[in-house]
Amino acid sequence: MPLRAEIVSPEKRHIDRQVDMVVVPGSEGNIAAMPGRAPVMLQLRGGVVTLYKDDQVVERCFVSGGFVDMTADHCTILADSVRALEDLSADDARQTLEELESQWTNVGPDDHEHRVSLSKQIQAARAEIIVAEKFQQNDLKSL
Amino acid sequence: MPSLKELRGRITGVKSTRKITGAMKMVAASKLRRAQIEAEAARPYAATMRRMMSEVATASQGMDPSTLPPLLAGTGRDDVHLLVVLTSDRGLAGGFNANIVRLARRKIGALKAEGKTVRLLPVGRKGGEVLKRYYPDLVVDVLHNDAGAQEGAYSLAQKLAKQVVALVNSGEVDACSLLRNRFVNAMTQLPEALGLVPLPVAKNDNAEKSADAASYEFEPDEATLLTQLLPRNLEVQFYSAILESAAGEHGARMTAMDNASRNASKAIERLSLKYNRTRQANITNELIEIISGAEAV
Repeated sequence: MPLRAEIVSPEKRHIDRQVDMVVVPGSEGNIAAMPGRAPVMLQLRGGVVTLYKDDQVVERCFVSGGFVDMTADHCTILADSVRALEDLSADDARQTLEELESQWTNVGPDDHEHRVSLSKQIQAARAEIIVAEKFQQNDLKSL
Repeated sequence: MPSLKELRGRITGVKSTRKITGAMKMVAASKLRRAQIEAEAARPYAATMRRMMSEVATASQGMDPSTLPPLLAGTGRDDVHLLVVLTSDRGLAGGFNANIVRLARRKIGALKAEGKTVRLLPVGRKGGEVLKRYYPDLVVDVLHNDAGAQEGAYSLAQKLAKQVVALVNSGEVDACSLLRNRFVNAMTQLPEALGLVPLPVAKNDNAEKSADAASYEFEPDEATLLTQLLPRNLEVQFYSAILESAAGEHGARMTAMDNASRNASKAIERLSLKYNRTRQANITNELIEIISGAEAV
């Protein structure tokens, strides 16, 4: 029984295909969606989503956060943004990270909402740097 | 009978009106294309989000509503309904705003008949003005809908979501629905109501599926995830509705202006005919005067 994987961002529907397994970066660690899995809803951190078919990686893309809905027959990823690995740039991400960190110092300790959203963005920027560098070194195995 | 000079003046007047409506039609057409692309691009995300949320709502049905966030299950009461009415800031778009206001008034009437209190949150100057006149004490706030500036759409959606979340969480309103024009094509916009709070439960008769849904797990814990997801869902639904409404507005304006230009052309034709007839009548009159004068001599 195949699994229907959908990756949707506010801009468009990026992926909608039948696969055997989807590995997503959950906020508390990577988690794999496979057919027949008990339904779970989780939050994403920035990282790489990997789609497998017949034990082969068929697609990889970077998401900066969002939500996932996994059920027995589908895995729907609502991503904040989706990018192909080759479009990532470690330098751009480093610049974003610097900006975010300077913003972080300006946020008051009481502004809980803002701090949570900033810390997520910082995590996504850090993940982007790591992924971009690994992609450049062709070190896809460890992603 | 109007004089030739008067007729000439009227023809020039209608001609310049036609020029303006023609230009507005062209502007609306070019804006429509962009707005339509954006509205259609935002659709799958909003639809997927809605599906996901209805799964959550279905899964939470068996639970005690008082333990669930009010955005998901409502406040437990069903007295105060908030209607978010999405209209445009600018007019000259045919029945675009009037249709939505009519739907709103029907809805308000129905809710009042059931003995419920209604609060209104109109978005867009046009709907705001009308609703304020009809129901001055129900309107909570009027937000501007700057649909032309697309960068503004998401921040407007965020502002709107924030306001609704605050109202629901403080217990001031128990339910919330969105009234907006759904974009079908450039000619047709369907005014529709969309339930937002409490979350509409998916209609599915499949017993096996609902048993499935009952065992949802959440990661991180349910409360954390839902406090993130529920306001986000509102934002996304508002965002998509604002884009759809913007596309609909441009479509409606294009159609309205096309009709206006056509009517102007017809009016010009009629006036020109009258002008020529009057001119000819004047010439004939003058000739008769000359001839009868010559005969008299």
